[in-house]
Amino acid sequence: MSTVLEKPLNFSSERRRGERRKHARAAASSATVPREDRQTVGAAVVENPRIRCTDINVHYGSKHAVKNVTLDIGQHEVMAMIGPSGCGKSTFLRCLNRMNDTIDNCRITGDIWLDGLNVNDRAIDVVPLRAKVGMVFQKPNPFPKSIYENIAFGPRIHGLARNKTDLDEIVVNSLQNAGLWQEVKDQLDQLGTSLSGGQQQRLCIARAIAVNPEVILMDEPCSALDPIATAVIENLMSELCAEYSIVIVTHSMQQAARVSHRTAYFHLGDLIEVGTTESVFMNPLHQLTEDYITGRFG
Amino acid sequence: MNKQSNDKHAVAERINAGLARRHAVERLFRCTGLLALLLGLTFLCALFFSIISKGYTAFQQTYIQLEIDFDEQKLDPAGERIYEVLSTADYGGLVKQSLRTAFPAVTSRQEQRLLYDLVSFGAAYHLRDRILADPALIGQISRVWVPASDDVDMLIKGYIKRDVPEAERRLRDVQLAWLDTLETEARLSLQFNTAFFTSGDSREPELAGIWGALMGSILTLAVTLALSFPIGVATAVYLEEFAPRNRWSDLIEVNINNLAAVPSIVFGLLGLAVFINFMSFPRSAPLVGGLVLTLMTLPTIIIASRAALRAVPPSIREAALGVGASKMQTVFFHVLPLALPGMLTGTIIGMAQALGETAPLLMIGMVAFIVDIPSSIFEPATVLPVQIFLWADSPERAFIERTSAAIMVLLGFLIAMNALAVILRKKLERRW
Repeated sequence: MSTVLEKPLNFSSERRRGERRKHARAAASSATVPREDRQTVGAAVVENPRIRCTDINVHYGSKHAVKNVTLDIGQHEVMAMIGPSGCGKSTFLRCLNRMNDTIDNCRITGDIWLDGLNVNDRAIDVVPLRAKVGMVFQKPNPFPKSIYENIAFGPRIHGLARNKTDLDEIVVNSLQNAGLWQEVKDQLDQLGTSLSGGQQQRLCIARAIAVNPEVILMDEPCSALDPIATAVIENLMSELCAEYSIVIVTHSMQQAARVSHRTAYFHLGDLIEVGTTESVFMNPLHQLTEDYITGRFG
Repeated sequence: MNKQSNDKHAVAERINAGLARRHAVERLFRCTGLLALLLGLTFLCALFFSIISKGYTAFQQTYIQLEIDFDEQKLDPAGERIYEVLSTADYGGLVKQSLRTAFPAVTSRQEQRLLYDLVSFGAAYHLRDRILADPALIGQISRVWVPASDDVDMLIKGYIKRDVPEAERRLRDVQLAWLDTLETEARLSLQFNTAFFTSGDSREPELAGIWGALMGSILTLAVTLALSFPIGVATAVYLEEFAPRNRWSDLIEVNINNLAAVPSIVFGLLGLAVFINFMSFPRSAPLVGGLVLTLMTLPTIIIASRAALRAVPPSIREAALGVGASKMQTVFFHVLPLALPGMLTGTIIGMAQALGETAPLLMIGMVAFIVDIPSSIFEPATVLPVQIFLWADSPERAFIERTSAAIMVLLGFLIAMNALAVILRKKLERRW
């Protein structure tokens, strides 16, 4: 795990350092990639990836939302996607489990390879795909049913449990892995919607891992939560990445810096820079990345 | 600095200046709303008052006690006690004889006829039913309460005034005298009108009841509910959750919304043409009525159900799809249960509409005078609103109160159905 994870970045000092570095670089005339250049810089491709995306383009009607993105998601890594609002990071995330299918007039081209299967092939069945690639949404969205039913729904529709005991075990394990078991073990028959916001989001994570996915997509999972609940979820992510690959979209650069191993920076539909979180934050290669993480825009 | 504080002062001034007007407008708006509400309530109260004050008397009926001699010689001379003989015996004769013995002074045929007119001709059926229920009564003399004729009933209830000249009164002076005699002997009384709730229609107001129309309404609504709820909900689910959004679905949506506004008599004509003329279903039957009302309520149910489905937050659908549920599983396990309260409300409102509908039923022959109580959806029947229409059209004075009473029963059912809608919604409603 990188040092970034152990020691949270101090942004005010980071900004100053960025300024200093820029001056130093200007002096040494080793400038970053200029703003106009929208080619992806950094290490977009890794060895033995979990998901390999090549030349992804997404159009909403006439709007070109994601442009020629090529990106790998590694095994057991937390990949953070950052960028200003409307830069296409959520859209890209939702391509990975075909959630964009629910949006009319959304057109996706390119290949997304997961376990030798092209996710973006119209002919594939999205049901097993979404069992493999789970998703946690921005707003906690538990079903208005009991906590038990919330988690049991996935295993039940996929036929993962042979009997009631199996199902109970899956529910307990999922809640334990999501760090919610201690808090709800006596109230499994209560409504999932009666929990607090942070608990609801962990319930959603438990629901996602109950079907034993390979990848978990998180679309700004902490934006509706307070800092304490956020910290709990972030800790959870660093534990979960031992078993799953996690892709997280976040507006909080601190969060990206804290939890992720690699970071991808999107700008107006282009993937500008990918690299280890440390290099992206400490030593951005692209002018746009540097401007964003130093807070000059976005 | 000074200029800025001056500006602030000016701004506050301007806000204060407009404040009185703003509040006045708000007060005016509130008063208008309150006025509209009061006006509505007044009309509602007036309606209820008029109906109840006219109709409550229909729940009572004047009965006359007669001393009947169940003479075996007249009823069953052979003493076989078989149904055919007992049911065709001359019970009217018994009633007449009893009246003659009660008033021996009446001898002329004309007066006798006036005397017989005091008692409803339903009294004979009343006696027949008693004998059929208990043949042991034959050979005994017993006192029996039989319904009085509608004119006597109206007199007792005060709708026929004694002080109008005899020529303008439906009861003669001599009849009034007989009634006075009966009253002093305590053989004339107002009793609860069970016949109103247990019998079908009749030309005689004192014998007419709403049970036939009520059964017709229940059977018709059962057909309507059984057809329109599943079809309506299925259509709404398909259109809202599965159908692609394109020109065709827009066209269908416009058409459904238009159908909701089509005059109901048009549906009646359609039912006449399709179900009766083309498919040869029985005329006047609740089956056809139910089919026609189904066509009429479907748009209401579809529109309400689609609105209910649209009100389910998309996050629930995403959550289910996100764990790999198929479209069908998402809809049936998560979306439909959340939309159900709204769908049920829409359905019950549609049913209440159907319960009060008359026009389309006129076209398919459910307006007929039907005495028998329907026992299946294939038998001729009429429905409550049509019964009200028929009674309101009848000339007899006693039908006025029965019309109002039938309206009260219909309103009672409507209130019960709407209350059910509220209870179901409260019970099934879930927060998320």
